[in-house]
Amino acid sequence: MESRRNPRAVVDPKVRQVGFFTSSQPDSTQQQQQQPDPIASASSPPVSTISPSGNSLSPVMIPPPRHNSSDTFPLRGAAAAAASAVSPSSFSYSSRRDFPDGSMTASPGRVSRGSFIKSYVPVASSLPGVGIDSMAAAKSSSVPATGLTTVSVVNMPPGLSEEVQSDQKNNSKSLKEKTTKAERRALQEAQRAAKAAAKAEGGGKVPPVTSGSVAGTSVKAAKTAKPTSQKNDVVVAAGPSEKKGGPSEKDRKKDAPHPRMQYDDESRVVKAKRRAVVKQTEAKNRVELFRHLPQYEHGTQLPDLETKFFQLDPMHPAVYKVGLQYLSGDISGGNARCIAMLQAFQEVVKDYSTPPEKTLNRDMTAKISSYVSFLIECRPLSVSMGNAIRFVKNRIAKLPITLSESEAKAALQSDIEMFINEKIIVADNVIVKHAVTKIRDGDVLLTYGSPTAVEMVLLRAHELRKKFRVLVVDSRPKLEGQLLLRRLIKRGINCTYTHINAISYIMHEVTKVFLGASSVLSNGTVYSRVGTACVAMVANAFRVPVLVCCEAYKFHERVQLDSICSNELGDPNAISKVRGREDINYLDGLTNNANLQFLNLMYDATPSDYISMIITDYGMVPPTSVPVIVREYQKEHVLV
Amino acid sequence: MPDVQSMVVEFVNKLRKRKIEGSQATAKYTVELLRSVISQHRVPHANQAAALIDAVKAVGEQLVAANPVELAVGNVVRRVLHIIREEDLSLTTAAMAGLDLLDASDDDDEDNCKGIGYPAMSAAVVAAARSTLRPPSLQTLLEGTPESATVPYTSSSGADSESKTADKSSITRKLKHDVIEGVNQLIHEIAGCHEQIAEQAIEHIHQNEVILTLGSSRTVLEFLCAAKEKKRSFRVFVAEGAPRYQGHLLAKELVARGLQTTVITDSAVFAMISRVNMVIIGAHAVMANGGVIGPVGVNMAALAAQKHAVPFVVLAGSHKLCPLYPHNPEVLLNELRSPSELLDFGEFSDCLDFGAGSGSPLLQVVNPTFDYVPPNLVSLFITDTGGHNPSYMYRLIADYYSADDLVM
Repeated sequence: MESRRNPRAVVDPKVRQVGFFTSSQPDSTQQQQQQPDPIASASSPPVSTISPSGNSLSPVMIPPPRHNSSDTFPLRGAAAAAASAVSPSSFSYSSRRDFPDGSMTASPGRVSRGSFIKSYVPVASSLPGVGIDSMAAAKSSSVPATGLTTVSVVNMPPGLSEEVQSDQKNNSKSLKEKTTKAERRALQEAQRAAKAAAKAEGGGKVPPVTSGSVAGTSVKAAKTAKPTSQKNDVVVAAGPSEKKGGPSEKDRKKDAPHPRMQYDDESRVVKAKRRAVVKQTEAKNRVELFRHLPQYEHGTQLPDLETKFFQLDPMHPAVYKVGLQYLSGDISGGNARCIAMLQAFQEVVKDYSTPPEKTLNRDMTAKISSYVSFLIECRPLSVSMGNAIRFVKNRIAKLPITLSESEAKAALQSDIEMFINEKIIVADNVIVKHAVTKIRDGDVLLTYGSPTAVEMVLLRAHELRKKFRVLVVDSRPKLEGQLLLRRLIKRGINCTYTHINAISYIMHEVTKVFLGASSVLSNGTVYSRVGTACVAMVANAFRVPVLVCCEAYKFHERVQLDSICSNELGDPNAISKVRGREDINYLDGLTNNANLQFLNLMYDATPSDYISMIITDYGMVPPTSVPVIVREYQKEHVLV
Repeated sequence: MPDVQSMVVEFVNKLRKRKIEGSQATAKYTVELLRSVISQHRVPHANQAAALIDAVKAVGEQLVAANPVELAVGNVVRRVLHIIREEDLSLTTAAMAGLDLLDASDDDDEDNCKGIGYPAMSAAVVAAARSTLRPPSLQTLLEGTPESATVPYTSSSGADSESKTADKSSITRKLKHDVIEGVNQLIHEIAGCHEQIAEQAIEHIHQNEVILTLGSSRTVLEFLCAAKEKKRSFRVFVAEGAPRYQGHLLAKELVARGLQTTVITDSAVFAMISRVNMVIIGAHAVMANGGVIGPVGVNMAALAAQKHAVPFVVLAGSHKLCPLYPHNPEVLLNELRSPSELLDFGEFSDCLDFGAGSGSPLLQVVNPTFDYVPPNLVSLFITDTGGHNPSYMYRLIADYYSADDLVM
């Protein structure tokens, strides 16, 4: 403490060197070398066999020359795809096997964040590069765009293909992707090309391969192959298939307003209440500014819901359990919540059977929607969950009508599995890999709250024997920092702990600030645990670089300028009562006073000018590049 | 004498153990203590002012050393010294004027006195007068040091005082009386600074205003209530001020007075500041450069206010004006409190360093009490003499303190 900060000049100038893939040249080349050869070659054929225009849909051409028609480009794009998608695998793929059906699903009770991390980090780091077959499976599924279009078009009766195309067009439109005319044309072109290619391929009977055992064939190819043989059985069931575009779109419409329902709109609130499973009681004393957000009495409805557990037949028990865990706060943190939800959905899919007179696509989407609205009642969705739900619904809607029920279910399950692995676990590993390069010996790192990604970065840096100190800044009422502190200390990392108020006091010694994010919005705003903005602001005032670690699946095309229009309100009573400090009881008995309100904001929006760099699975980018990733990523989202 | 000494010791102990907190309370105690020191101090016939100054300084040094972070103690000691100097000066100038005018009517010993002492040292008195009234100026520097100016005066008056005991004692009593009068005024001023500041509330708070405050300050409380009494309706956001939860205390009192109050967490300050019209805080101390030492977390609020162009208003009674320029105030004028306010000892006890020096501790806990806001983040000071810019603070300070006392 005596030696205050050294002259600022020491601060790593590299922080400003933001790029898309890696920090430094050697690193990226290393990645390329690390990636196993067969995979690289395996990944390219599916992409490159299809026409270049089909490739222009690839999500990985960041930054994309939009109307590039040169022949060399697609290949480069493919290579980039391979680099971005495979590189994480080089050190962590083995985890995808062990993790999901091992520790995670087996622990039905509290999926706390700590156990979550413990369960997969060691596995990931200890068994590098095993399980090439699973890697290949994941690889192929991440090869973008073309696979799915192929499937859906090929299995359609000729008359329906137009329908599908327009459906897709609608989808992309409804996702508010601002497509230019040229882009739409490119899309159509791509679909047509894909169709042609698939016809050639499908007619030429791809042998039904067991998923992913052969590196050269993709999972999708396997899926296409099977249905073609079984076409006849399914055609009957697929009778009303011309309505296929209907439900997904309607659901999306129905789905979209939910997360952003304005709770000062009384008629809608009343309507929503009638449907609600969770009978939340409204908090009495509400803050005027936040009428548009739901504020409930906390802790009152949990026992009630627990008793209902065995009576609720429309709700799947797995979803119900996750909902209750959200409600009680047992699961928190964007990733943990998202994974828990997706795993519940997997259970749902597993136990699902199509009721008579209904189609799987429509019924399942409706089911998922009802589950989602239940989850929203328990706790408002995070952006990450919203994106995941969008993905799941998309996959359901895009399920080829010709698939048998069991196949469709298997496909869905593996899709969800893939999402968890690829978008969350592998993404985290990539982020760790990038971020660790930013930690040097002698650094003093500041982090706020308990961001999972940052924790992994710190632990990894410690494993690499870097010498650094961590300042854990915490804030009331959640005091999540204490949990992080406990875990870091257990690993033997030097820590300093303080509350957010003292941030200006300790910022002198800090050399870098690492923050997590709940979501990154497309104007570069980082939407995160409340207080993050304060930390970033003070860091900015002290000229300390602020690095935000966030998986790309949490990016969202929404924009937000303040923390008030969209937020989440926590339990107001958590503020009046100070845990562990019985001497602080000034506000006892005043909680029902009409003049006194408690505001427990959960999130805030950090303006992009406080942020030096965002570390995502696509690389390290400045906040201004977020919309680019959002656009490319959404494309992938829609088309994968 | 012994009872004063014991009072001093008692007060020093209280300060040391941080039993007395809050600059107003400390200032009040200090000034009352100094008053009794002055009243019980047996002033020698000669050189009364210097003797008083020495006595006050001696006590003041002890008090300041007891809690160097509580700047109000030093401020009040300096104020009292300033009062003594001023009273002394006005007495001597009055005496001189009286001598000049009523030369003949006065009795012979005064005459005598004038004949021997005064002509020689009148220039020195004028210099001393200048130095006390108009602190550091080029002129006083050129005319010689004030210390040397006062010494000949006192020695000379001491030299010829043997024969005029009766009269001298009356002058002594007069000085002491005036000083105590002045100190009483100071006490009154410190006690009444809330009202003085609160009177201005109505000029700064308008209808439907949203005000953010943090920490618990009686000045802020009175300020807000004064506006409320004038039928202004507005809303107050109170940041809770985490490890000490002073915000809860303030919120409780605000609610008791019927103000619309919302308690927010400290982390939500940035989120809420965009909807706030004004940040009002009470200062712990105001430095000569216009910087503010306030409750921890203030700097964060000030930065956020600057980002959103929200006025950042500091309320400070004049006893909080400190004539010192800060150097690294976040560290040097800060105080670290017990980690137990942040963490339970039990859980992390094996990682914490208890000063035993057993290797390097894994865990450190930082719990500072104060925060420093640089002057460029402050929009306005409201003191009992009105509103001032941060850049004007040094001038205000020159009115209250004499330059001789800046370094105690």
